[in-house]
Amino acid sequence: MSDQFTDVPGDVPPAFQVVDARVAYDGVPVLDGVDLTIPTGQTVAVLGPNGSGKSTLMRAMLGVAPLTSGEIRVHGAPLRRFRSWHRIGYVPQRLTAGGAVPATVREIVASGRVAARRRLSLPTRADRAAVDEALETVGLADRARHSVRELSGGQQQRVLIARALAGRPDTFVMDEPMAGVDAENQRALAHTIARLRERGSTVLLVLHELGPLEDVIERSVVLDAGHVVHDGAAPEPTGECARPGHEHQHPHPDPNAPDSADTTTAAEMIRLEVPGRD
Amino acid sequence: MTELLNYEFMRRALIAAVLVGLVTPVIGTYLVQRRLALLGDGIGHVALTGVALGLLTSTSPVLTAAVVATLGAVLIELVRVRTRTSGDVALALLFYGGIAGGVLLIGLTPGASNATLVSYLFGSVSTVEEADLWVVGVLAAGVAAVVAVFGRELFVLCQDEEVARAHGLPVRFLSVLLAVTAALTVVIAMRVVGVLMVSALMIVPVAAAQQLTRSFRVTMLLAVLIGLLSSVGGLTTSFYADLSPGATIVVLALAVFCVAVAVGGLLRRASAGRSPAAPVTGVAGTMPQTDRGRVTP
Repeated sequence: MSDQFTDVPGDVPPAFQVVDARVAYDGVPVLDGVDLTIPTGQTVAVLGPNGSGKSTLMRAMLGVAPLTSGEIRVHGAPLRRFRSWHRIGYVPQRLTAGGAVPATVREIVASGRVAARRRLSLPTRADRAAVDEALETVGLADRARHSVRELSGGQQQRVLIARALAGRPDTFVMDEPMAGVDAENQRALAHTIARLRERGSTVLLVLHELGPLEDVIERSVVLDAGHVVHDGAAPEPTGECARPGHEHQHPHPDPNAPDSADTTTAAEMIRLEVPGRD
Repeated sequence: MTELLNYEFMRRALIAAVLVGLVTPVIGTYLVQRRLALLGDGIGHVALTGVALGLLTSTSPVLTAAVVATLGAVLIELVRVRTRTSGDVALALLFYGGIAGGVLLIGLTPGASNATLVSYLFGSVSTVEEADLWVVGVLAAGVAAVVAVFGRELFVLCQDEEVARAHGLPVRFLSVLLAVTAALTVVIAMRVVGVLMVSALMIVPVAAAQQLTRSFRVTMLLAVLIGLLSSVGGLTTSFYADLSPGATIVVLALAVFCVAVAVGGLLRRASAGRSPAAPVTGVAGTMPQTDRGRVTP
């Protein structure tokens, strides 16, 4: 599996190239020199405890959070000069999909076409087809005319994913798409992401735990305190968490993985403690 | 009802009321969606300084108010972006500065009295002149054009600023555009309901409409309808009952809001009876923004 991400075809630039990225809020470093290359077509999970900087890394990679120093390239272009925004589908970390004014599921999803549509134009057949397809993919076609407020948290999360799909991007950045989502909706989301992977899309996910996505993820990057502490195969549950019947998977670096970060040895294995509501 | 139209000043007042009823709820819908419902109020306070400058320098108060309100809107937007935590305090300073500056300058103006001040604070639609009508008409057309051209981008911006940025939209430009458009709307509405109640016409029709709707577009259309009904209905009522037009318009809009809340409640209860919402069971996810975790060797 590790071959897959060292072997980049010469012509296609990586989807994301992060070089020594640093971000600080009010002088407090959140990202402290992160290097990361995501080749196109890869499905990557970014894991780490709360406050490790994983959301900030995603936001920095899209120019939402400004870098203090370092460089980020998106599909070969420096972020500042990147113009192919229609290639990017962003799913932000949100508990609800709505603003303060009611909006239907279809209105929210159709707004994902904003980068693809021309000004002062009515929606074309292609626009409508893309929105229909996005709604179908997340299984919300029958809810299109409902107000997003009427939906459960998990369904609202699917609306946000459908909005990203509607722009027909080939590169997805999803920040905690599983947060606050019930088990059934988590499986539905995992299915959607598996389909994106089959299509050859690049999918970058911030996750709290692998959960039902375990089989879809090709590569896991673990952040702690603004540093990359593991980059390689999805870490296997070890120790306590490996015993049968253990219910949640926290990211534990696999001591046997050849490309675990060099700071990690079997002796001083990193144990992630993720407090919270799980 | 038609005797109303026999008076020249009422014809002008009605035209102003129609323009205000049409335009203010449109911008109000975006402001409510962006959770900036009080922005119009703040700009209204700043606009008073503009009015006073116009009176002091004997230029059209509507024009000077438009200029000062626009500058104020840009300033408010900059303050909002720059100061993440103390933004509301900075805004408050600007609001009180605007109203104090206005009262001070009007006091310095020879010939201006408390009556002049009150007419701008609470509106004086019956004193609208033809020149005012032209300014209001052009501003209303400008606001409509902005929404026609940038409506889609503004929807994304007001829905989720971060997503707008990740779409590559010019977030800063759009934010300033919305604030400036709101400022022009405030100036349009100022002559009818006065700077202290200007925000009511932007917000109350939207608040009423969203009790009854599911979609953004329908909310906006219904808000415009409620805005028109309130402004024209309020003006007519005030003419016959000899009431303050601005206050009557706002009270009428609030009455519509109360009715909408009651009707909306009944509608929701009825639809809940038909299809009970599926209970959320088996929450197995983790929540963001929980305690900070740690990594221990």
